[in-house]
Amino acid sequence: MAKITLSNLRHSYLPNPSGPDDFALKQIDLDWQDGGAYALLGPSGCGKSTLLNIISGLLHPSEGRILFDDRDVTDLPPDQRNIAQVFQFPVIYDTMTVRENLAFPLKNRGVAADKIAERVAEIATMLEVEDMLDTRAAHLSPDNKQKISMGRGLVRDDVNVVMFDEPLTVIDPHLKWKLRSKLKELHQKVRATMIYVTHDQTEALTFADQVVVMQEGEVVQIGTPVELFERPRHTFVGHFIGSPGMNILPVLVDQGRASFQGVDIALEGAVTGQGGRTELGVRPEFVTLADTGLPARVRKVSDVGRHAVIEAMVGESPVKAVVEEANVTQGQEVHLAFRPDQTRLYRDGWIATEAAS
Amino acid sequence: MKTENQKAWFFVLPVLLLVAFNALIPILTVVNYSVQETFGNNVFFWQGLDWFEQILRSDRFHAALGRQFLFTFLILIIEVPLGIIVALSMPRKGFWVPVCLVLMALPMLIPWNVVGSMWNIFALPKIGMLGYFMNDVLGINYDMTQQPFSAWVTIIVMDVWHWTSLVVLLSYAGLVSIPDAYYQAAKIDGASPWKVFWYIQLPKMKTVLTIAILLRFMDSFNIYTEPFVLTGGGPGNSTTLLSIDLVKIALGQFDLGPAAAMSLIYFAITLLVSWLFYTLMTKDDPK
Repeated sequence: MAKITLSNLRHSYLPNPSGPDDFALKQIDLDWQDGGAYALLGPSGCGKSTLLNIISGLLHPSEGRILFDDRDVTDLPPDQRNIAQVFQFPVIYDTMTVRENLAFPLKNRGVAADKIAERVAEIATMLEVEDMLDTRAAHLSPDNKQKISMGRGLVRDDVNVVMFDEPLTVIDPHLKWKLRSKLKELHQKVRATMIYVTHDQTEALTFADQVVVMQEGEVVQIGTPVELFERPRHTFVGHFIGSPGMNILPVLVDQGRASFQGVDIALEGAVTGQGGRTELGVRPEFVTLADTGLPARVRKVSDVGRHAVIEAMVGESPVKAVVEEANVTQGQEVHLAFRPDQTRLYRDGWIATEAAS
Repeated sequence: MKTENQKAWFFVLPVLLLVAFNALIPILTVVNYSVQETFGNNVFFWQGLDWFEQILRSDRFHAALGRQFLFTFLILIIEVPLGIIVALSMPRKGFWVPVCLVLMALPMLIPWNVVGSMWNIFALPKIGMLGYFMNDVLGINYDMTQQPFSAWVTIIVMDVWHWTSLVVLLSYAGLVSIPDAYYQAAKIDGASPWKVFWYIQLPKMKTVLTIAILLRFMDSFNIYTEPFVLTGGGPGNSTTLLSIDLVKIALGQFDLGPAAAMSLIYFAITLLVSWLFYTLMTKDDPK
């Protein structure tokens, strides 16, 4: 197990990258603590798999260094980095039994037979696959195959990091939840550093202690799930995380005061910086129906179970509100109120208000 | 609401007719000949299973069958590993892929009798390049018209030249369909190149290899044109394979009854071996 440091990392798939657009990864500096559970979250094509492959050594970065416990591993091949990776599609060795599959990484490294047997038994118990140890791996269902792939990653007790590359993609929805909690449980047991790559916010937020949100080859924000939800540093994070995402509304800022559709909006704190494109960000959970405030017309009410989502038009801008009970109907004129300590200003996408203390 | 009607038969009928004319009726004529004796003038006498017994007991048939199995065995044991090795060493992407594929496909595009003629001229001592090279440059006494061993080497090499490409192309198709993740996982698991081949590439190629072996078995077991043009079955009977012998009996000696019985036995053996092989190869596959 190890602390992982990425410094000044850049990667391009082109031989001679010229501009920043040629880079799949633009300038990554990250520190991952030993034993942490991390998620790399971002839409498809944001560079998260590239980053993962660079850490595992399947790709060599164009620039920058990778350090495991301050040891430079940038030029080492995957098998010498002592890492484990679980792929999107279960990778199992068809002709082997489950037992042989689990033993394979240890056998290749010349571990003693009794030690192998002990580790395999331990991992099998952890994954609850003891009863299928002697079946041929090719006969397993996809979720069990993926479990075996994970098992091959966890069987070595000296791995620096275990990486998961969207491991639940091919798993049936009702088994996803089970495997996800299994993973969480495994992390608590083995305490290895784990990195989980996904574009699914639920997976990222339930698995990780720290979530790294990426967009177009850049890290936009690193934080706990709560931090990402409550105070997104960038409108992208606000929009990408949460269901429905954050309301992002165009506002005018004049001498530190924000006004939206001619109505003054109270913000969490003082406005920083100046110029640029200014937007207001407020999560639907912090928008309420009120007697006074922003006048709006209800466009749509959807009941999603425990709560309802109201979509109301303020001028040309739709604003969503999550409420306990929707006692309004379509077309009705209402007033909306934003909770000030959860209302933030963004300048060119980045947060531009001081945090309320 | 589902209405039942018999229209489907009209769609099946053309295929049925086609199969009847190109397979069933010819085979039934052969069955007809195999149980009768004729002395010409379209007069037939019932003969029962006598021809079958005669063929199965004949040393000549045993010898031809033995040669046939030896030939098929030899070409399979050369072409399959060689095909896999060539496929493994072919590039997976870039400019050379289409070049390699076309080069590989070339031998298969040449008509069979042309292949026979080519190799005949190529291998003749004094005249052919190969014959000249072997005798006059290397000093090896090589003459496929005189020596059974030389004749065998020539037909085997000719078949390997003509048909290894089929195994190469099928194996290559199997290889390129393996997702990268398998190779990456193997790297991370610390597997040696040999283990990558044995535990990933070979199992993933199993289906295409089964088909390749099956096709090569059937084709080589029924081979006629190339060895006939090359050696005519000689010297002596040394390269008289089953189909060459069959044609000698049927058209050379005009023994229609024994030839028909032999055809059916020949057919049954091909079918049986193919079936056994296929069943064995697919019995472990997940449903």
